[in-house]
Amino acid sequence: MSAVTLQDIVKRFGSFTAVHRTTLEIPEGAFVTLLGPSGCGKTTNLRMIAGLLDPSEGEILIGGKRVNDVPIHKRNLGLVFQNYALFPHKTVAENVAFGLKYRDVPKSEIPAKVQAALELVQLPNVGDRYPKELSGGQQQRIALARAIVIEPDVLLLDEPLSALDANLREDMRVELKRIQERIGVTTVFVTHDQSEALAMSDLIVVMSEGRVEQVGKPEEVYNTPASEFVANFLGASNITEAKCIEHGASVVVEDATFGRVTVPAAKAPNLTGQGPAKLVVRAEKLLLSKTQASEGVISVPATVETVDYQGQAVRYFVRAGEAQLQAINMIDERPFAAGDAVHLHLRPQDCAALPG
Amino acid sequence: MSVEAREARQPWILLSPALGAVLFLLIIPLMFIVVYSFWLRSAMSADQVGFYLDNWQKALSDRFYRDILLNTLKIAAITTLICGLMGYPAAYFIARSKGNKMILLLLLMLPFWISYIIRTMSWINILGTSGALNTLLMTLGIIGEPMQMLYNEATVILGLVHFLLPFMVLNVYVSLEGIDTNLEDAATSLGATRWEAFTQVTLPLSLPGLAAGGLLCFVLGAGTYITPVILGGPTDAMFANLVFEAIITQLNWPLGSALSLLLLAVLGVLVAIYNRYLGMAQLAKGLG
Repeated sequence: MSAVTLQDIVKRFGSFTAVHRTTLEIPEGAFVTLLGPSGCGKTTNLRMIAGLLDPSEGEILIGGKRVNDVPIHKRNLGLVFQNYALFPHKTVAENVAFGLKYRDVPKSEIPAKVQAALELVQLPNVGDRYPKELSGGQQQRIALARAIVIEPDVLLLDEPLSALDANLREDMRVELKRIQERIGVTTVFVTHDQSEALAMSDLIVVMSEGRVEQVGKPEEVYNTPASEFVANFLGASNITEAKCIEHGASVVVEDATFGRVTVPAAKAPNLTGQGPAKLVVRAEKLLLSKTQASEGVISVPATVETVDYQGQAVRYFVRAGEAQLQAINMIDERPFAAGDAVHLHLRPQDCAALPG
Repeated sequence: MSVEAREARQPWILLSPALGAVLFLLIIPLMFIVVYSFWLRSAMSADQVGFYLDNWQKALSDRFYRDILLNTLKIAAITTLICGLMGYPAAYFIARSKGNKMILLLLLMLPFWISYIIRTMSWINILGTSGALNTLLMTLGIIGEPMQMLYNEATVILGLVHFLLPFMVLNVYVSLEGIDTNLEDAATSLGATRWEAFTQVTLPLSLPGLAAGGLLCFVLGAGTYITPVILGGPTDAMFANLVFEAIITQLNWPLGSALSLLLLAVLGVLVAIYNRYLGMAQLAKGLG
């Protein structure tokens, strides 16, 4: 059964439609990420699940029950905000205990529950401090403890890592996932950060301009993007105009740069037949080499135009015929230099195809 | 001159015009008042220069002065309470409204474009025996004779509330603006109703603004002179009226000085208590 269901949801603000008709199932116990750029409707969806916004049309079900008319304070959800939203006039322990006061928890059991939650987020000794005495990362852990101590039916996380600096963000990512797995709570996570989404999610919902572009496991949306938007938003892709010339057991597309490419049928699920198509080549699947490729690997001569050195990896912009392409390669000793003549190696099975 | 010395001097150079104004227009005249308060008024000749405690003795022991001082503090307290009760919801409404916030704030400032005296006198046209309210009630046949609504303590308080309400609203508004709206959302998501979220989170966090607004209303209300003159009756004099009476009418500068310093001291104690618990920074926030 789905923990949360959005059924034909539409959300309009005046004449602006923030969320177009959307139906979404969030499985019990899953970590589901709503991913997209700002203004794509991901936060609007989250706020509708939370009860902070009312949908213009459609139904929201939590645990199979329609909650459209259930006010936020009766929905039993855990909500974590980007800016922590801890109560500054209450101690950490009082913050965490806040939700317990409104539940049938005997007063004598509250301190133990608070302590258990603080231990879960690995901050057992800060109960009598005030939020402003803690670092940003610690405050976000407390916000998480406050949200999970009430044993919510669904945990809603609105860009909880965005206010933290880069290193801390990666630590918190691992930590958050560990806690979520430990307590097994259904989680809806909103982010614009593709690496967070890929690292943490059981299921990613990619959104753009109020519409769901693709729903799938991280490796599905990454390797088999369902649209040009998804291909571009998750990592860097080269998308070229192509033509599908064979559509059967295998799919063959032809473009000006790589010639005939046999794409696995599973990686062209939306391509319905012969005709215009698009070839999707991920930047990290395009390898630069001094030598020709071996049998079964496409090899195209190219010239390096720009080198963007990033330490463990390097991003090249190369020209192959008419096309400018992007390639991200791990560094093997020294990177190529601008002006070098190289061969681009590409395995056909790493390509995907979209309708043209 | 070293860079450090130059940098250390710069704030003082920038502050000097303001410090000069405070010194020559406030501190030094106040010193004169302090000195005056120890002189002695003589009916026939010039005031006697010296160190006499007579004025202070009179100001502190005379029942008449004490009663008016207590009455002044009472009126200021009632005014402050009414301003708080009326101003908080208005400030909350402005702080939480979307889009037209600037227009609402402008409307709040609008009364300041008209002289305080004119605004106070406008109540005579509303509440006077031939004023708008009496005319309306008589036209509707609800009353036969005009009611005497003016010139009592209630109209003094009304005039003060009219004058001081914007100060309260602005101070509370500023503190509400500084409260993250996510806090109320977080509280409701944890199970609190909207009202509980307000009383548990928003209200306690806005108390500094309420206190700052309250202090301003109280101090300005207790020091008022015009309002009781225009809207009060013969028995509704407030403490500032006594000072006026002593200095302008009786030409008794020494007594007037002692009385004005007494009021200053009482209000000073209140400000000190406020400063002890909340700090002056909050007041600066509300005024800025």
